[in-house]
Amino acid sequence: MRKSILYILLLAVYTQKIFAQEIDSIPDELQLDEVIVVGKSNQNIGKQTKTLSSLDEYLEKSSKVTLIKRGGYAWEPMINNMSSERLNITIDGMHIFGACTDKMDPITSYVDVSNLSEINISSGQSGSSTGATVGGGLNLVRTKHDFCNQGWSGAVDLGVESNSSLVSTGLNLKYIHSKFFIDADFMYRNADNYKAGKNKTVNFSQFTKYNTSVSLGVKLNEKNTLSGSVIFDNANNVGYPALPMDVALARATITNLQHTAFDINDFIKEWDTKIYFNTIQHIMDDTKRPFVPMHMDMPGWSKTAGIYSKLDAAKEKHYLTFNLNVYYNQSKAEMTMYPNDTAQPLMFMLTWPDVRTTYTGISAKDRIKFNENHSIQYGLSAGFYQNYVADKFGLNSLEIFYPNMKATKQRFLYSTQFNYILNKSNFELNTGLAYGDRAPSVSEGYGFYLFNSFDKYDYIGNPDLKNEKSLESSIALGYKISKFKANISATYFHIFDYIIGKINPDYAPMTIGASGIKEYKALNAVNILSTDLTLEYHPVNILKTRAFFTYNYGKDNQRQPLPLIRPFSFNMSATAFIKNVADIELAVDGASKQYTYSKEYGESETPAFAILNLYAGYVLEKTNYKLHLRFGVENILNTYYSTYSDWNHIPRKGRNFFINVSYTFNKAKQ
Amino acid sequence: MQKIIIMAIAIFSIAFSACKKEAVKISETAGLIKVQELSNEDYIIEVYTESGALQLGYNDIYLRLKNKLTGNYEENATLDWMPEMHMVMMTHSCPKSAIEKVSKKQTLYKGYIVFQMPENKDEHWNLTIDYTVGETTGTVSDQISVPNSTYKNVASFTGSDSKKYIIALVQPQQPVVAVNDFIVGLFTMETMSKFPPVENFSILSDPRMPDMGNHSSPNNVSPAYNATDKLYHGKLSLTMTGEWRLNFIIKNADNDIIKGEAITEENESSSLFLDIKAK
Repeated sequence: MRKSILYILLLAVYTQKIFAQEIDSIPDELQLDEVIVVGKSNQNIGKQTKTLSSLDEYLEKSSKVTLIKRGGYAWEPMINNMSSERLNITIDGMHIFGACTDKMDPITSYVDVSNLSEINISSGQSGSSTGATVGGGLNLVRTKHDFCNQGWSGAVDLGVESNSSLVSTGLNLKYIHSKFFIDADFMYRNADNYKAGKNKTVNFSQFTKYNTSVSLGVKLNEKNTLSGSVIFDNANNVGYPALPMDVALARATITNLQHTAFDINDFIKEWDTKIYFNTIQHIMDDTKRPFVPMHMDMPGWSKTAGIYSKLDAAKEKHYLTFNLNVYYNQSKAEMTMYPNDTAQPLMFMLTWPDVRTTYTGISAKDRIKFNENHSIQYGLSAGFYQNYVADKFGLNSLEIFYPNMKATKQRFLYSTQFNYILNKSNFELNTGLAYGDRAPSVSEGYGFYLFNSFDKYDYIGNPDLKNEKSLESSIALGYKISKFKANISATYFHIFDYIIGKINPDYAPMTIGASGIKEYKALNAVNILSTDLTLEYHPVNILKTRAFFTYNYGKDNQRQPLPLIRPFSFNMSATAFIKNVADIELAVDGASKQYTYSKEYGESETPAFAILNLYAGYVLEKTNYKLHLRFGVENILNTYYSTYSDWNHIPRKGRNFFINVSYTFNKAKQ
Repeated sequence: MQKIIIMAIAIFSIAFSACKKEAVKISETAGLIKVQELSNEDYIIEVYTESGALQLGYNDIYLRLKNKLTGNYEENATLDWMPEMHMVMMTHSCPKSAIEKVSKKQTLYKGYIVFQMPENKDEHWNLTIDYTVGETTGTVSDQISVPNSTYKNVASFTGSDSKKYIIALVQPQQPVVAVNDFIVGLFTMETMSKFPPVENFSILSDPRMPDMGNHSSPNNVSPAYNATDKLYHGKLSLTMTGEWRLNFIIKNADNDIIKGEAITEENESSSLFLDIKAK
């Protein structure tokens, strides 16, 4: 099914990166720990196509990404057990920030698979070339086009799933000419409430979303291209069963204009420059819930404009990448409360006080290939970061807690990394050391009474927080002999001034039902360890087996557990390929009991679980069209389960039958 | 040509001197609006407030004494006032300060009056002002208007010591979402016409939002007695717009509770409170 295809692709790409280094091709960011290919690609033509898996489901299959689920939609990605404030999430290098104080709208919810060709996941400081990060980076790469006389092509997709009566439909049309291209696509998804195991309906888990995008490109001459694109993504009536509120509207418009220059001279291979603008509007909604102590309007807005420029160069044994990143973001969120006595005046607060963030950063990376076996990579980046509270009302509100705070705060952020890579015929080693820091997020620095429904505390931002700093060491080993492959990797983070909310007993909460107030403070030091092991065995050509295990650890220097640390988890699968037209896969996905969890942050023990999934696919390929069928059953045994990252322990989907049909066509003569 | 120039200079200087007088007048009452005039044969007393009206509770009142004969405002007058509520059954006064010249102003005088009840169709307030200018003395008196207010900004109560008290909100008059300067006036009724400020009591303040689970706010400072103006100064923290209830507990110099109770799960409001609306 689409997921086994994904596995194959993941392996193909990952394996390729380790075992098939092309010496004369320019490596993309080495240190990409994972590339998830989405949609059409030139690689495995027969086995993949644009499938209708949601972007979140693609991410879920990654070994490095875990997802915090608050409902059936808009899951929040985590890398190395760290969530969005510690990650650098970009779309083709462009910065974009959510507009929800409760993290209901991760950036991944504002694009769809139809907009993307791949997802690049970088762990730790290797994700810092476009911005400061501690945990890593997630770069959503837009569909790319080559200029050639391909003519018209397109695709029609339809998918249905039984569990939530999910219907997905997509349409793509493009025209590619040697001098220009135009590409338009549309995707629509609609789901009702989903059912967990034991036929328990999870109420308020419905969603409706559509996404449309248009890209245009012009080849100015042999060495210069110009392109632009617009993505418009609109979701409404989105339920979040883990939270006390839903979302009435989540809408994003993402635009950019890009110029690329190729082979400018012997040294510079490619130079991309982009100017971009995106705007997000997010409106929460509590009107559908049966019992609401006080009705609230909670809209949020986030606008970002920026410039991004990337230069790839090569000289002798050096492969260099330079990045310039400038962005300006405005984040604002309000809360208007309606008293039950309608004669009383409304109550209003600015939960994000119109914070204007400016960032200007440069980064440089050099990879030196001494010979076929040894190479090193090192990088440096530095940036100037400024927050400014533009709203006087908002500043007055925060001054209640921080009477001496200033409206403006400036920081310097920098990062440095070093890796040594050893390549032998059946063995690869990659070991690295890195240091980087990050600024607090808008909520961590300037949030005003943000209610966390997991631990039931109102959080107050702290504008005086120091940069959070991370020292990171990593090792990855890959081994291959005949039909067997093994990969193991481990990354250890020692983080100073780790930002987290701490109870302040002197303050009373505001939200009705909250247990108290937590202010964002810094823990002296915490330690996080992420390790994973992947084993593959191909006993015969038509059969492949794979096993994946991960162990994670996260505690502060008082040995107190941190929240959201993944318990021991595993995935095992066996895939059979039939004559290059069909495949079938059986997989087991599970985790052990969560032995270590943080009571202070509202966690409680999650029991062990394992679910069984079956995927199958069939391809019919002709000269000018291809029909691709994927179908299967997830959670065959209808197990009722919940994982450590399901907010408030909402249960996951029970048995789900699905079928995806994709029809792609092109007019070019093969 | 010369004539025109001379004429121009003449006109200009007349205009200029006229302007100068106007300029002085404007800056004296900048930010103030006249409420009314109280007059007799010889003098007019102009009454000003920031809003142009008198309100229930605490009022900062500004006065100017105009000599009807000369048309000049007196710069060295001594003023004294007596506000009186003419009720059906009796007449009584209210807490008031002395009247003093406003520093850096020539003709402007200032004092405060706390009206502890509003007028109604049968009962009204009257203001009598006695003035002394050099050898001359006189009195003006007239009815004034003190309407009811939307939010309770003054409270009269009998303490546990059987004495009568009045508490009034002095600041903030325009509460905002911030830590506001908080001033409260506490007065006691000695006679029908004497309501002096109470000294050295302690006032505990607990602001709450009754429409929202009765939550409070952080970093409040209960008002403490200030010997300079005989009022109680503190800090009032308001975290959002809307209606807030300022709950009070008043203790005397020996720490006995005169009035008010603490807020608990069962007790949502003190028996002594004032209400405000934050904008």
